[in-house]
Amino acid sequence: MADVLHFVRDALSILLFGLGCIAIVTGAIGIVRFPDFYTRLHAAGVTDTAGAELIVFGMMLQAPSWMVFAKLAFISFFLFMTSPVATHAVAHAAWVGGVRPMLGPELERGDIE
Amino acid sequence: MARTLILAIALGGLWLLLSGYFDKPLLLIFGAASVAMSIYLARRSEVIDAEGVPSGLMPRVFLYWGWLAAEIGKSNIEVARRALAIDMKLSPTLVKIKTPTRTNAGYATFCNSVTLTPGTVTVDLEPSYFVVHALTRDLADEEAILDMGRRVAALENPDAHDGEIGGRVT
Repeated sequence: MADVLHFVRDALSILLFGLGCIAIVTGAIGIVRFPDFYTRLHAAGVTDTAGAELIVFGMMLQAPSWMVFAKLAFISFFLFMTSPVATHAVAHAAWVGGVRPMLGPELERGDIE
Repeated sequence: MARTLILAIALGGLWLLLSGYFDKPLLLIFGAASVAMSIYLARRSEVIDAEGVPSGLMPRVFLYWGWLAAEIGKSNIEVARRALAIDMKLSPTLVKIKTPTRTNAGYATFCNSVTLTPGTVTVDLEPSYFVVHALTRDLADEEAILDMGRRVAALENPDAHDGEIGGRVT
């Protein structure tokens, strides 16, 4: 029975690690391919949320004790709380600094309204 | 007083989980002493208020985070598809959203949720509205964003004295 549980745990965490890696690579590809500053931030968001969280969840399954599990849960929670603040700080700095986004399907530089 | 108690429970729980000493009385006393010291300093510097201990959204905010995680998953797939597609078909859009939230904690939670969801980033905050940059027209769906805001507004405790949104937020 314990063997089966071990197998399920390993399989699940390999799945989570794999999905997390795919999310991080996809985010990196997006950062290179998207056309301007603001659209690149969205690609970084994929790395921030799906990438980081899935890998931490995968590690939580492999944790040797509840202590380690709790600490990983804290890391996941703090990432969840702080990464949008960092993203907003960068976006707002660009906005106040006068970087205007490319808008619409033709990607023209524009302002709101 | 309620906020002091909440802060004490949170700090005590954090100390226990990070140190992992449950059965060494001397170390537990040191832990309790450090929590007491932190509470004393926080009270003295008067940071135990709606901003320092924003407990107005608790405990229902945990359910909301579960719902938010599902939303994040969905929009992650959408943004990843765009990043990998041969023809990306981007149509970046700026939208102004009037927030339905009333408290500072609710406003911050709403804006952070919008930023946390891939495909939408909050770029500017004003007391009456905020500006969202979205990757495509579909992701800039005003109704969907407002629906998220209304969920946060439903968490707000009307008598928690969490501070009205006001003053310049920039």
